[in-house]
Amino acid sequence: MITDFEILETIRMFQEQHLDVRTITMGINLMDCASESEEKACQKIYDKICFYAKDLVSVGEDISAMYRVPIVNKRISVTPISIVAAASGSKNYTCFAKALERAALTCGVNFVGGFSALVQKGYTTSDKRLIDSIPEAMAVTDHVCSSINVASTRTGINMDAVRDMGIVIKNTAEATKDRDALGCAKLVIFANAPEDNPFMAGAFLGPGEPECVINVGISGPGVIKAALETVKGENLGVVAETIKKSAFKITRVGELVAREASSRLHVPFGIIDLSLAPTPAVGDSVGRILEEFGIEHCGGWGTTAALAMLNDAVKKGGTMASSFVGGLSGAFIPVSEDEGMIEVAESGSLRLEKLEAMTCVCSVGLDMIAIPGDTPASTISGIIADEMALGTFNNKTTAVRIIPVPGKTVGDNVEFGGLLGHAPVMEVNSSSCEEFISRGGRVPAPIHSMRN
Amino acid sequence: MNETKDKNKAIVTVVGCDTVGIIAKISTLLAEENININDITQTILSDMFTMIMLVDLSDAKIDMKSLSDKLDALGQDIGLSIRIQHTDLFHAMHRI
Repeated sequence: MITDFEILETIRMFQEQHLDVRTITMGINLMDCASESEEKACQKIYDKICFYAKDLVSVGEDISAMYRVPIVNKRISVTPISIVAAASGSKNYTCFAKALERAALTCGVNFVGGFSALVQKGYTTSDKRLIDSIPEAMAVTDHVCSSINVASTRTGINMDAVRDMGIVIKNTAEATKDRDALGCAKLVIFANAPEDNPFMAGAFLGPGEPECVINVGISGPGVIKAALETVKGENLGVVAETIKKSAFKITRVGELVAREASSRLHVPFGIIDLSLAPTPAVGDSVGRILEEFGIEHCGGWGTTAALAMLNDAVKKGGTMASSFVGGLSGAFIPVSEDEGMIEVAESGSLRLEKLEAMTCVCSVGLDMIAIPGDTPASTISGIIADEMALGTFNNKTTAVRIIPVPGKTVGDNVEFGGLLGHAPVMEVNSSSCEEFISRGGRVPAPIHSMRN
Repeated sequence: MNETKDKNKAIVTVVGCDTVGIIAKISTLLAEENININDITQTILSDMFTMIMLVDLSDAKIDMKSLSDKLDALGQDIGLSIRIQHTDLFHAMHRI
C-alpha cells in the first residue's frame, strides 16, 4: 500500500526537483566489424549499430511516458575504435568517426561514445593512428565522443600518451575554434576508465563486456538538495542518512527504467551508474548541495569534506537499490554543466586547484573546465599527469575534460549550449612543467597495485 | 492508495487550484477510453487541491503515451497539473 504522502513526494521529485534518468546507453560490441577494407569495416559498423539500436529512442520514449520519468538522453557506446579499426590498415581513422556519426543520426541518439583507445601501458600502431585522428574526427562530427585511457592502478601512467594528449587537446581546440573549441568537450582522458560507463564523453564498451548491453545513468542533484533542506542544522550523521534515503529512491527509478528497457529491447541489463549528474538548470546543481551542507560558496574550505561525504552516501544508498552498480557512480563536478559551479567559478571562489582536490573524492575529475587558449600543451599535459596520478595512486577513476579556448583568456565566457552549459575561462598556474612532460616513458604502477 | 501490484494499474495525480467539475471532467475522459477508476482520494494540501486516483488500464482503448498527452491537454485547459504514472514506479521507489 503506497501512501498519498509517498505518491506526492514522488510527484514533487519530478515536477519541482528535476529528477530524471540522465541516459539509457546501449553498449554494442563492434569487434566482429573488423575488416581489411576500411570501407567494409565502416559499413559493418553502421549496419550493426543500426540493427541493435534502431528502437532505442522509441523504446526510451515509451518508457518515459509509462512512468512519466524524463529520460534525457539515449546514447550508444561501442568497442574502442582503435581495436575495431586496426585490421583496416587505414592511416587516418576519421572515416570511422563518420560511420559512427551516420549511425547516431540514423538511430536518433544524442551521442555515440567509443572513438577510444586504451593505452595505459603503451601504444599499438592502431592506438597511435586513432589518437592522431582525434582533432579532425571531433571537428567533422557532432555526436561522436572520444576517450583515451592513459593510466591505471595496475599499470601506472603512460607519460608518452599524457604528453601527446596535451597536444591533441590543443589541436582539437584549434580544429573546432569556430565553435569555441567544442571538440574538446567531446574528448576525455582517463585513469582507471570503467568499461561500462553510460555517461559521455567517456562511454565506451570495454573488451570484457557482452555483445550488447543496456547501462543506465541516473541523476537527481535537485532531489538530494531538497531533502537536505528538510534537515537544516542537524548533525552530519542525519545528513548522511538523508542522502542515502534519497539516493535509494533515485536509483530505484533508474533500475526500473533499466529493467524495462532491457526487457523491451531484448538486450541484457548491465549496470546502473549511481551518479549525481548536474545540468545548467537552476535546482539541478551538485554545487548547491555542497552549499546546503553549510558552506557559503562551493570551493570554500569544507567543500572537499562535504563532497566526500555526499559521494559516499550516494553510493551507499544506491548500492542498496540495485544489485548491479557500475560505471562511474558518484557525484560529478563538471563546471560548465552545473549552475552552482558556474557561479562560483565566475566569482573566483572556485579555483582549479580546489577542483583538483575535490576530484580526489568525487567520481570523475577535472571536467568541462575552460582555460585560456594560449595555455601551452605541456601545461595541459601537466594537468592531465596530476589528475592521472590521483586516480592511479588512489585506486579510483579520474578524468580530464578541459577546453583551452582559442583567443579567450581569464575572465572571458564560453558558451557550449544545451547540457554542456557555459563557463568562465579559469586561471591556470603559469609555472612550466615542460621538462617534466618531455621526459616521457612510464610512471611505474604504485606498490599497492601488487595485490596478488 | 490501496492498490495491489498489477501490470495494468496507474496512478493519476491532479494538483492545482480547486474549481467546479474537476472530477467530472477527468472521469469523463477516462470513461471515454474505457478506463476504470478503482480508488480515489482528495484533499487540500497547502491550499492546493490534490486528487489521487488509482485506475485500471486493462481494457483501455488508448496507449499510455496518448493517454498521458490527453490528460496533459485537459490539465492545461482547466489550469491544473494532471499526471499519470504506472504504479510500478511508486512500488520501486518506496518499497524494498
